[in-house]
Amino acid sequence: MNDKYLYYPGCSMESSAKAYSESLAAICEPIGLHLEEINDWNCCGATEYIGISLTPAYSLITRNLALASLQADGTRTVVAPCSACYLNLAKADYYMQERPILGENVNTALAAGGLHYDPGSLFIRHLLDVIINDIGLDKVKSKVVRPLTGLRVAPYLGCMVPRPDYEHRWSNPEYPNELDRLLKTLGAEVIDFPLKTHCCGGHMTQIGPNTAFELIRRLVSSADQYRAEVMVTLGPMCQMNIDAYQGEMNRHFHTDYRMPIIFFTQLMGLAFGLNAKQLGFGRELVGTREMLQRIGVEAPEPIEAVPAHKPRMKEGLPMPRMPGDEEVN
Amino acid sequence: MTSEIQTKTSFLHDPSNPNLRFLEEVSAHTAGVSRLEMCIQCGTCGGSCPPAADMDHTPRMLFAMIRAGFREEALSSNTPWICVSCYHCVVRCPQGVHIADVMYTLKSMAIRAKLYQDSTAPDFSRSFVDNIEKYGRSYEFGLATRHYLKHFPLRLPGMAPMGFGMLTKQRMDIMPHKIDNIDQLQAILERAKEVEGLS
Repeated sequence: MNDKYLYYPGCSMESSAKAYSESLAAICEPIGLHLEEINDWNCCGATEYIGISLTPAYSLITRNLALASLQADGTRTVVAPCSACYLNLAKADYYMQERPILGENVNTALAAGGLHYDPGSLFIRHLLDVIINDIGLDKVKSKVVRPLTGLRVAPYLGCMVPRPDYEHRWSNPEYPNELDRLLKTLGAEVIDFPLKTHCCGGHMTQIGPNTAFELIRRLVSSADQYRAEVMVTLGPMCQMNIDAYQGEMNRHFHTDYRMPIIFFTQLMGLAFGLNAKQLGFGRELVGTREMLQRIGVEAPEPIEAVPAHKPRMKEGLPMPRMPGDEEVN
Repeated sequence: MTSEIQTKTSFLHDPSNPNLRFLEEVSAHTAGVSRLEMCIQCGTCGGSCPPAADMDHTPRMLFAMIRAGFREEALSSNTPWICVSCYHCVVRCPQGVHIADVMYTLKSMAIRAKLYQDSTAPDFSRSFVDNIEKYGRSYEFGLATRHYLKHFPLRLPGMAPMGFGMLTKQRMDIMPHKIDNIDQLQAILERAKEVEGLS
């Protein structure tokens, strides 16, 4: 029995979600997870290519599965850490079985590159699913040396991992408990976050910012009302929307939220006693210093020194503010 | 399952009903089995939709329009472009309609028919896809600069701190990454477009 997993990182892991990639690399050894990257993988097309044309979009996705099959060597599981990549790969595999004409068309296209994929021949799974169901929480617990006692965390899965879940891998498509259970195992105080699978806006931050800001505001204000000190997620896009666009969202609504959001692998690493820098802390735009202090971890120096400049006055004159103002609406 | 649906929907192939051709066309361009003809107009989709308030039509209404053959109206609706692909409607739909995937289909049909007026979203998808076809990987820096300069120049000053942060924290690369076997990928995509009838 081969215990390796074929690994499809996805583009974000090498750019906006470097912290996810770094922390995943750091926790693989302690939990005994063997990932073998798919050679020369390509972008999955995110949510963009399928909105332009069908066969090219699914051929793009399936090239990765065809390459993975070549490397399979006893294993049949492909693991993706990114929500959109996971869903695209899983949907391609599922729809090619559900509607065989799609599979035929995609394989006609793949043949132009000397490739072929048999739908159903690989299992496409998300990283969290593998950690919970294959590695197991007992193994995770046995590695915890620095329990995250007292740290209030909001588990945030976003949409595309628990839904549509055609393969029924999750406990519930709207209110799954997998991430909660993992974080509890790390010793954290997990809030019962009602918006745990609500949407962060996806690509709307790029094309319809007002729609996106409202969705981000709902998430951040809810986590804040539950007195969460940090949101914990498993998708690069979710992390980027809530982290990088939180400032713009605050300006849009005249609010002042500072809700850090990190990847669950970073929190696992902290609980395993690894140092914050190695886990990609310092790459987030909404700082995690306070959150780290809470569990007695020194925040790393900023990744790259930002030139010092005079603190600028906030926009407009200081106005009186009642506590709770920002929670109206 | 598929054959069962085909039996139930044999009325779709009735040539005396031209309005149903649009519904057929939408289903034909959808990835899986759309089940669009199974919609019972219950409205669960619209009631579950986080950005429904910003849509011209709720998904339910849009599906009624598709079945009534309102081709032009359906393809000029902003609804598919506001859809955030959260799949809430998909898991709640009592008929198992692949709603989110139908939205993708409507986007691609609207682009081909040149019926959707606001070019912001189609341009974004196009730029994203151009980069993939050229490099095999997404190229965020090139995409973001091109997109924001064209569509959101006024947002740029407000976004500067974010862009600066993403660059200094090394979360965005200035240069694109290219996969090794880009020729193979391009050949595959070329053939896929032929199959799709695009070239």
